[in-house]
Amino acid sequence: MNPAGFSEQVRRAWAIAKKDIRIYYLKGPVLIFGVFMPLFMFLAFLMGGRQLPLSFLISGLVGMTLFFTATAVSPAIFPWEGQAKTLERLASCPVTVEAIVFGDMIASILFGIGITIVTVIIGLAVGLSLIHGITLLVAILLAACCFSAIGMLLAVPPTNVPSNIMMLSSLIKFPLVFISGIFVPLEQMPAWGLVLAVCSPLTYFTDLVRYSFTGTHFFAVWIDIAALAVFTVVFTVGTMYLHKRTMPKRM
Amino acid sequence: MTPVIQASNLTKVFGKSTAVEHVSFEVQKGEIFGFLGPNGAGKTTTTRMLTGVIPPDAGTATILAHDIRTEPVMAKQGFGVVPETSNAYTDLTAWQNLMLMGELYGLPRSRAEQRSSELLTMVGLLERKDQKVQAYSKGMKQRLILAMALIHEPELLFLDEPTSGLDVQSTQMILTLLRDLNRKGTTIFLTTHNMEEANRLCHRVGIIRAGKMVAIDAPEKLKVAIDRVHKIEISFDREVSSDALAGLSDVTGVNRTGDKWQISAENRDAAIHSLVTFSQQNGAAIVTLNTLAPSLDEAFLRLTQEAKP
Repeated sequence: MNPAGFSEQVRRAWAIAKKDIRIYYLKGPVLIFGVFMPLFMFLAFLMGGRQLPLSFLISGLVGMTLFFTATAVSPAIFPWEGQAKTLERLASCPVTVEAIVFGDMIASILFGIGITIVTVIIGLAVGLSLIHGITLLVAILLAACCFSAIGMLLAVPPTNVPSNIMMLSSLIKFPLVFISGIFVPLEQMPAWGLVLAVCSPLTYFTDLVRYSFTGTHFFAVWIDIAALAVFTVVFTVGTMYLHKRTMPKRM
Repeated sequence: MTPVIQASNLTKVFGKSTAVEHVSFEVQKGEIFGFLGPNGAGKTTTTRMLTGVIPPDAGTATILAHDIRTEPVMAKQGFGVVPETSNAYTDLTAWQNLMLMGELYGLPRSRAEQRSSELLTMVGLLERKDQKVQAYSKGMKQRLILAMALIHEPELLFLDEPTSGLDVQSTQMILTLLRDLNRKGTTIFLTTHNMEEANRLCHRVGIIRAGKMVAIDAPEKLKVAIDRVHKIEISFDREVSSDALAGLSDVTGVNRTGDKWQISAENRDAAIHSLVTFSQQNGAAIVTLNTLAPSLDEAFLRLTQEAKP
C-alpha cells in the first residue's frame, strides 16, 4: 500500500464522504431544507401568474433542486470543522488537502443527486414525460459534480464562522438562479441577460433538463454538456488549489 | 541511526510576530521527549509544524525519515497525534470515530475492527463504544482520542498537554499507557506544562521560550546544570562543630537548619566524599544525607527567565 498513491487517497476521500453524510447530511432539517427550499421558490413562481407552462417550471425546479442541495451544506463543512478542531484532526492524518476536498464533494454530489431524483419523480408524477432519460442522467451527474465544486469554492475564505460563509453563499447562489433561465426563458432574456446567463453553469444544466423533459433547448446539447464539463474541471481544480493555500490559515 | 524527529531551524512568523525562531532539535527512537515552555512560547506552533498541520516559513522537519513538507502523507502515516483539545467527532460514536481513523490510515476493515476493540478495552470505553462522543466526559474524550491516535500502531506519538484538566484517575491511566507504549518501542513527543509529569516520564526535555530553544537535556542534568553551587543536607548522630565542617575541602558554605546541616559546594561529588571521610574520622555517624537539587520547576523558571531580553 502506498498511502500517498491516487487510489489510496480516493479510498480515504470516500471515508471522509461517509463521515460527512453521517454527520451533516442525514439530518432532518437538512433533508427538509433540501426538498422544501426549491419547492417553495417553484410555488412562488407558479402562483405568480406569469403563464409559464408547467413543464418549463418543473425543469427549473429540477435545476434549482440540484443546485441548492449540492451547495447547501458543503460551504459550511470547513468552517464547522475548523471551529470544532476536527479539521486539525484531518490535517494531521495521512490525507492530502485534495482528498479532503474531494471527500466533501462526493458527499454533496450524492446528497444533490438523491434529492434531485425525488424532484424528478415529482415531475413525472404530475404528468411530465421523460423524453431523453440518458441525457438527464448525464446532466445530473455532471452538474452535481460542478455544483459541489462551487459549494467547496464558496468555502475557500479561511473563516471558521459558518454564518459568514452562508451569507456569502446566499449572495452568490440566489443571483445565479435568476440569471440561469429558470424563471425567465433564455429566449425572452435581453442581450445583457444572455451574457450573464452563459457565465452560469446552472444555465446549461437547466437547458439540458428542459431538453430531457420537453425536447426543446436553447443551446445545442453538446454545448451544454461541454460547458458543464469545462466548468466542473475548472471549479474542481480551482477549489483544490485554493483550499491547499488557505487550509493552514484555518488552523 | 536516523533520528525519529529532526527539526532544523524551524521558523514560523505570524504577521509581525515571530512565533518560532530557528528551533532545532532531534528526538531519537524509543525516547520520551518532553517539550516544555510557558504559555505562548511556541510549543503548539512547533508541534503543528512537526505534524504537518501548518507549514514552516523556514527550516525543515524530518519525521521518520520523511520531510513533512515534501512527503507529508508518508510522514503522517507513521505517527499519531493527541491534541490538547479533544477533536473526535462528537456526532459520531466512539466506534465510528475509530473506524473513520482506521479508514483514514488505510487499515483493512477487519484489522480496524480488531484494533478498535483492543484500544477501547485498553482505555476502558468498550462498554460505551456505541454512545455518541458528545455525551462523554472530558477524561473519556481524551482517552478516546488517545485510542484514535493509536489505531494504526504508530512508531511515533505526538501529545499536546494530554492530561490537562483531567481527573486523577484519567491522568494516571493515560500516563501508565504512555509508559507501556514507550516500553514497547513507541517514541513519544510530549508537550506539557506539568513539570512533575515531564520529570517522571521524559528521558529528555527541551525548553522553549519566546520561540527559541533555551535548553535540551535530561531532566536531572537540567536541574543540576542550572545551579553552579549545589546544596547537600546532612545530619549526624552527635554534635559536630560548624567550623570543622566549613574547613573541609570542597565545602564552600555551612548553614545549620534544625538538627541538620546545609552544605554548599561547587563539586557535589567531592564534597560528599569529604563529608563521609569527616564522619569516619570523627566517629560521627551520618543519620541522613540528601542532595538538594532544584526541582524541574525551578530549572524551568530559571531557564525561561534567564532568556528574557
